[in-house]
Amino acid sequence: MANIKEKIAQLFPQATIEGTEEQPLVSIADAQWRSLAKTLRDDADLQYDYLVTIVGMDWTDSLGCIYYLMSSKHNTMLGVKVATTDRQKPMLHSVADIWAVGCLYEREVYDFYGIIFIGNPDMRRLFLNIDWVGYPLRKDYDENPELNPVSIENERQSDTTDTYVEDDKGNVVKREVNVFEPGDFVVNIGPQHPATHGVLRFRTAVDGEEIKKIDVYMGYIHRGVEKLCENLTYPQTLHFMDRLDYFSAHNYHHALCRVIEKAAGIQISRRAEVIRVMMDELSRIASHCLFIGTYCMDLGATTMLFYTLRVREQILDIMEKTCGARMTFNYDCIGGVMQDLAPDFQADVKALIAVLPKNIKEYNKVFTGNVIAKNRMEGVGVLSREDAISYAVTGPSGRASGWACDMRKLRPYSIYSELDFNEVVATEGDSMARFKVRIAEMEESAKILEQLVDNIPDGEYCVKVPKVLKLPAGRWFEVTEGCRGAFGVYIESDGSTKPYRLKLATPCLPLAGVVDHITRGSKIADLITIGGSLDYIVPDMDR
Amino acid sequence: MEVTTKSMPYEAFKDNEYIEGLVKELQDGGVNVVVGTFDKLINWGRSNSIWPLTFATSCCGIEFVSLGAARFDMARFGWEVARASPRQADFMMVAGTIVNRMVPVFRRLYDQLAEPKYVIACGSCAISGGPFRKSYHVAKGIEGIVPVDVFVPGCPPRPEAMIYGIMQLSRKIKVERFFGGVNRKQKREDFLNSHPVEDK
Repeated sequence: MANIKEKIAQLFPQATIEGTEEQPLVSIADAQWRSLAKTLRDDADLQYDYLVTIVGMDWTDSLGCIYYLMSSKHNTMLGVKVATTDRQKPMLHSVADIWAVGCLYEREVYDFYGIIFIGNPDMRRLFLNIDWVGYPLRKDYDENPELNPVSIENERQSDTTDTYVEDDKGNVVKREVNVFEPGDFVVNIGPQHPATHGVLRFRTAVDGEEIKKIDVYMGYIHRGVEKLCENLTYPQTLHFMDRLDYFSAHNYHHALCRVIEKAAGIQISRRAEVIRVMMDELSRIASHCLFIGTYCMDLGATTMLFYTLRVREQILDIMEKTCGARMTFNYDCIGGVMQDLAPDFQADVKALIAVLPKNIKEYNKVFTGNVIAKNRMEGVGVLSREDAISYAVTGPSGRASGWACDMRKLRPYSIYSELDFNEVVATEGDSMARFKVRIAEMEESAKILEQLVDNIPDGEYCVKVPKVLKLPAGRWFEVTEGCRGAFGVYIESDGSTKPYRLKLATPCLPLAGVVDHITRGSKIADLITIGGSLDYIVPDMDR
Repeated sequence: MEVTTKSMPYEAFKDNEYIEGLVKELQDGGVNVVVGTFDKLINWGRSNSIWPLTFATSCCGIEFVSLGAARFDMARFGWEVARASPRQADFMMVAGTIVNRMVPVFRRLYDQLAEPKYVIACGSCAISGGPFRKSYHVAKGIEGIVPVDVFVPGCPPRPEAMIYGIMQLSRKIKVERFFGGVNRKQKREDFLNSHPVEDK
C-alpha cells in the first residue's frame, strides 16, 4: 500500500497525498490530472481501470471533483481530488477517453455544478432540461420555483451538443457537434414504453433494422435526492434509500448506515449484523425473482411473471411481518435495525429455502431451456470484460462478462468474510449469461440464508446512539453490493448534524450508459432483450 | 296479448305505476323484461371493465405489478387488461413521482387517453410530491396538471388499497349520466380551459 503513495509522490512530486492507507486521496492540479490519470490506469503496479464515481463538490471557495478509482487486478482503491477556483466558468480536463464511463459521470457533474470538462465529446445536461436556470447542487443555487417553473409545455429539444477543445495556443474553444449524422433515421423510444422498465428515453438512430446509435435521455424521474439530503439530519436521509432502487431497499439502507456508523465510530451488535445480511440476501432473491419475471415478459413469456412473483410475495410476507411494510421498509437504522425480528421469522425463512430450489428448477424448465428464449438471448448484446470494466458495468451484468466485481468478496463488509458462498461469474457476456448469473445468484443467496438462519445470535438489535448525531469533519467513501451492482456512498461532513455533501454512486447509471455501446449493430428488437437483461432501475439512475 | 310502446299514452312514460303494471303484465305472459335506464346498462358494463394504462414512474408501479399477479389478481374485477397505448386505456394510475421533465409527457399521455377518461393519483408523490416535495425538480402533486378522480394514499399504497381505490372509481362511474345531464365532462372542460396547452 505504502508503495502506491510513494510511487505517485515520486512520479508527481507536486501532488499532495492524504487519507488512510487503504484509501489514499491524491490532490493534484488540473494541468497534470490527465497525465496522472493515464499513469494510474496504465502503470502495471497501479492499474486503476475501474472508475467508481466522480463526486462533484462545491467547497464554496472552489469547485471540483473527487474521482474514486479501483483496480480490478490489485483490488485497491484511490481517490483523486481536482479543483478549480473559477466559479464563473469552471473548467477541468476530461477523462472520458481514459475511462468510458467518465463521459456520463462528467455530464452529471456538469449538470449539477456547471463544471465544463475540456475534451468531453458530449457536454449536455444529463437530468435537467436545456433551459434550466442554475446548477442545483451548488451551495448558492437559487431554489426559487419561478426561475424553473413546472410547465406542461414540451421542453426544447436539441439535435446538437457542445464540446470544448483546446486549440494549439491552449485556448479553450466551444464547438457544436451533431448528436446524429445528417440523414439518420431516428426513432424515439420512451419515456412511456412498457419495455424500458420505467421512464427512460432512447433516441435511436436506425439503418433499416440495425441500430446505429442510441442517445439515452434521462431525468424523467430525477428527484434531486442528493440536494434534499443536504438539508436533512443523518437519520432523516435514510428513508430515501428505500426509494432509489426499491428492490435493493435493505442493501442501500445497509450501505448508508455503515458509512454513517463508521464515521461516527458506532459499533453495532452482531445480532444486528446478521439480521442486516439476511435481509440483504432476501432482497436479492426477491429482486432477481422480479427481474426474471419482467424480463421474460419483455420477451413475450407473460406466464413467468406469475411464477416468479409467487416467491417474491413469500419473501415480502417475511419482510412485512418484521418490518411492517411490503416495499419501503425503512428497517436498517443507525446503530442496528428498527425493531426485532418477528417470532416466526426463522420458520418462514426455512420454508422459503425449502421451496426455492423447486421453483428455480421450474423457471429453468419453463424458460431457460426454451428454444425461443435461447434464440433471443444467446449471443445477443455481448459485452467484453474490458468494456465492462471501462463502462463500470458492475453487479450480475458485469459478472456475466467475466469481471469478478462482487463487493461482498472484493471488499468484504459486515459479516460476509465469514460466510461460505461463491461468486457467480460467467464468461460469455451475452444476455443469456446475464440471465443465468442472476438465477445462480439466487441459489448462492439461499446458501447464505441457510448458514445464518439457525445462527442468529442473541443480543440487542440496536445499540444506543446519541439523539443528536453529529459526524466529525471529514470524508468517507464506501462501496457495497446492491442487487444490481456496486453502490457507493460518499459523505462529506463539516461537523454538523447534516451532511455537507451526500453522493450516491448508483449502479444503474453506468448500466444505462453502456446501452449505446452494447446495442450498436444489433437489431432493434434486440434492444428490448439487451435493455431488459441489464436490469436497470430508472429511479436509481436518476436519483 | 301484444304490448307495444305505441299503445301507451304519452303521459304514461313518466308514470311509474303504469310501467310497473305493464312489466307485470308482460312477465305474467312469460316475457323476460327488465326496466331501467340506458345509463345504468352502459355504466354497468363500463364500471366492470376499466382498463388501466401501463404507466409507472417509480415504486408504486411495482405494487401495481403485484396487483396484476396471482395473489391480488385484479382480473377478478375486470381491470387486468393493462394497455401500453393511451388510446386503448380508460384510466391512468399515476403510480410514482412526477418530476418537472415528466410533466409535459404526462400531460400529453392524459390528452391522448380516449374519452371517457379517469385519473387515479396513487401514492403520496402523485398526491403532493410526498417525501420529495421540497425538491427542486418535483411537481407538487398532479392535481394542477390533470383533473384527478380518486386519491389513494400510501408510500407506496398496499395492493389492497389500490383495489379499494379503483373500486371507488368503479362506483363513481356507476352514478354517471353517460347520455347527458349533469356530468363530470363539464367540470373537466372547465379544468382544461383553465390549464390550456398552447399550440405551436
